[in-house]
Amino acid sequence: MPIIEAKNLTKVFGKNPKQAIDHLDRGLSKEEILKKTGSTVGVNRASFTVESGEIFVIMGLSGSGKSTLVRLINRLIEPTQGSILIDGQDLAKMDKKELRQVRREKLGMVFQRFALFPNRTVLKNVEYGLEIQKVDTEERMKKAHEALKLVGLEGYAEQKPEQLSGGMQQRVGLARALANDPEVLLMDEAFSALDPLIRKDMQDELIDLQSTMKKTIIFITHDLDEALRLGDRIALMKDGSIVQIGTPEEILMNPANDYVERFVEDVDRSKVLTAGHIMKRPETINIEKHGPRVALERMKEAGISSILVVDSKRNLKGYVTADDASEARKKEVRDLKEILRTDIKQVNKETSMQDIFNVINGSPVPVAVVENEKLVGIIVRGAVIAALAGDSEVNLEHA
Amino acid sequence: MLKEWFTEGIPIAEGTEWVTDKITEKLSFLFDPIKEHFGNFMDFSSEILMLVPPIIVIIIVALIAFFISGKKFGLAAFSVVGLWLIDNQGYWEHLISTFTLVLIASLLSVIIGVPIGILMSKSKTAEAIIKPILDFMQTMPAFVYLIPAVAFFGIGMVPGIFASLIFATPPTVRFTNLGIRQVSKELVEASEAFGSTGTQKLLKVELPMAKTTIMAGINQTVMLALSMVVIASMIGAPGLGREVLSSLQRAQVGTGFVAGIGIVILAIIIDRFTQSANSKEQ
Repeated sequence: MPIIEAKNLTKVFGKNPKQAIDHLDRGLSKEEILKKTGSTVGVNRASFTVESGEIFVIMGLSGSGKSTLVRLINRLIEPTQGSILIDGQDLAKMDKKELRQVRREKLGMVFQRFALFPNRTVLKNVEYGLEIQKVDTEERMKKAHEALKLVGLEGYAEQKPEQLSGGMQQRVGLARALANDPEVLLMDEAFSALDPLIRKDMQDELIDLQSTMKKTIIFITHDLDEALRLGDRIALMKDGSIVQIGTPEEILMNPANDYVERFVEDVDRSKVLTAGHIMKRPETINIEKHGPRVALERMKEAGISSILVVDSKRNLKGYVTADDASEARKKEVRDLKEILRTDIKQVNKETSMQDIFNVINGSPVPVAVVENEKLVGIIVRGAVIAALAGDSEVNLEHA
Repeated sequence: MLKEWFTEGIPIAEGTEWVTDKITEKLSFLFDPIKEHFGNFMDFSSEILMLVPPIIVIIIVALIAFFISGKKFGLAAFSVVGLWLIDNQGYWEHLISTFTLVLIASLLSVIIGVPIGILMSKSKTAEAIIKPILDFMQTMPAFVYLIPAVAFFGIGMVPGIFASLIFATPPTVRFTNLGIRQVSKELVEASEAFGSTGTQKLLKVELPMAKTTIMAGINQTVMLALSMVVIASMIGAPGLGREVLSSLQRAQVGTGFVAGIGIVILAIIIDRFTQSANSKEQ
């Protein structure tokens, strides 16, 4: 069962939301509605589910409604229409007290500009969520220290937030959200205010933390690279509507419409694509059955200048070049082993394109993709270039 | 009647008088005990303060001044010289009366003003209603309040306090409202997102964040209350103001100047005290 389920979630800002919703139902666009009613559509009938333990990224440019959407999830903004189910309970229908209870127990939030209380020490900030639940002092100190330890800030408990750097402040923000041990973490552009290097560290750290904590994380960002790095699934928003939900690969490879396509056009694919995405079915010969003559024949057929050599179990043995094979045939050498070259570069399916660059550079022959010593594919230079250029012919079934 | 309003003028003055009379008459059960008990309380307070020898008061004030100004001697030295001068000129009792009046009026202003400010910050309707009332309270010449004050409370300190309250409360209300509205939206969201109740949000986030602004408002309130002492002396409030007033009536430049200097000294000390209580936090 999904932990969060949003159905038709809509927010209209303005004096006459009913009218705006009628217009929405009739299919008018955000601009038309603004012109006609003066109301702004913040979020337009968003429906999605978030599974327990996944990182669900909501991505869009500024004004796309992503920050409004995340605030609808914990009802910091009242939805105009639709429902938001958390563990099957509809948040939109709760009274104040029930809502508070859910916020205290199930939802933690991390803010773009940290939103730490400047008059409190780091420890007191982290304790805040427990303090308002009237947890006794000793226990909340203990939990707050644990949370600080989790984000690597044990030594800073008594500092004031302003004494810390941006990255550290956001760790405090994260610790504050974690101290309550919520099921769901809402992270609203949590790393956007940090400089790029720190941001990357924080992303890595979040991934690390996630692998041990197994929280459900809803992460808002305007940065596609960040979305692709963190997201198990990504929801792309435009003008308040969700235009596509999918895994990073799906978003990149099968953009649902022109908007998504333009959005992903400039993405640094080398960070997302792996060997598995761009490898081709390899031409091979069997070292136990074939000789140089067959090797030469195959190479001629496929129009290639070298061929990979495997044994009957498809274990990679090496490669032979066309020149060697032709020489061998002239000399009537029968055994492939005599011309076998073994200096072949190997990668596995998860190797990222960035790493493949380094391997393929200076390698005269294609790079072999190997899984458990068995050959599963090859990567030729052309495929690397094609993938970077955004060629959608890249085969997804290997992903 | 409408026609009369056009020919003779709308009887606003008569109406106001009628309303004031009615209030005096109907609420005398409320005003009389206030006048009596509160008046006694005020007299008692200033008498207690007057029991303390001036030299002790001066030392205490100097010590406090030394510590709140961050262990600098300036304010402490000024306090010693200033207060000694007032005592030297024989105005100590008047100083204490004035101080009591300012202190009580300011305390009441804060007690009344802060909650109203909070209410204003929480409700747009309340803000829309209260704002023009505050403008009215501050722009109406302070002398005008003296008339109903006398009607309600007779003469003496109590009507003085009443007039001061009306004149001096608005800054506290305004600054409390402003301070709370200025608290960063993300901080308020953070406190809500963790499940704070309205009261927790107010006490743990909004008021602490707005404190500096509220204190600035309170500082203004105290200063305005002090500026009312001369005016309040017209309806019999004791203190330095009365000396200023009587020297005005008798055209005694010298006495007026000395009493005026006394007020200035008190004003500077109170202002620095309330301000440094604020800046220390920053």
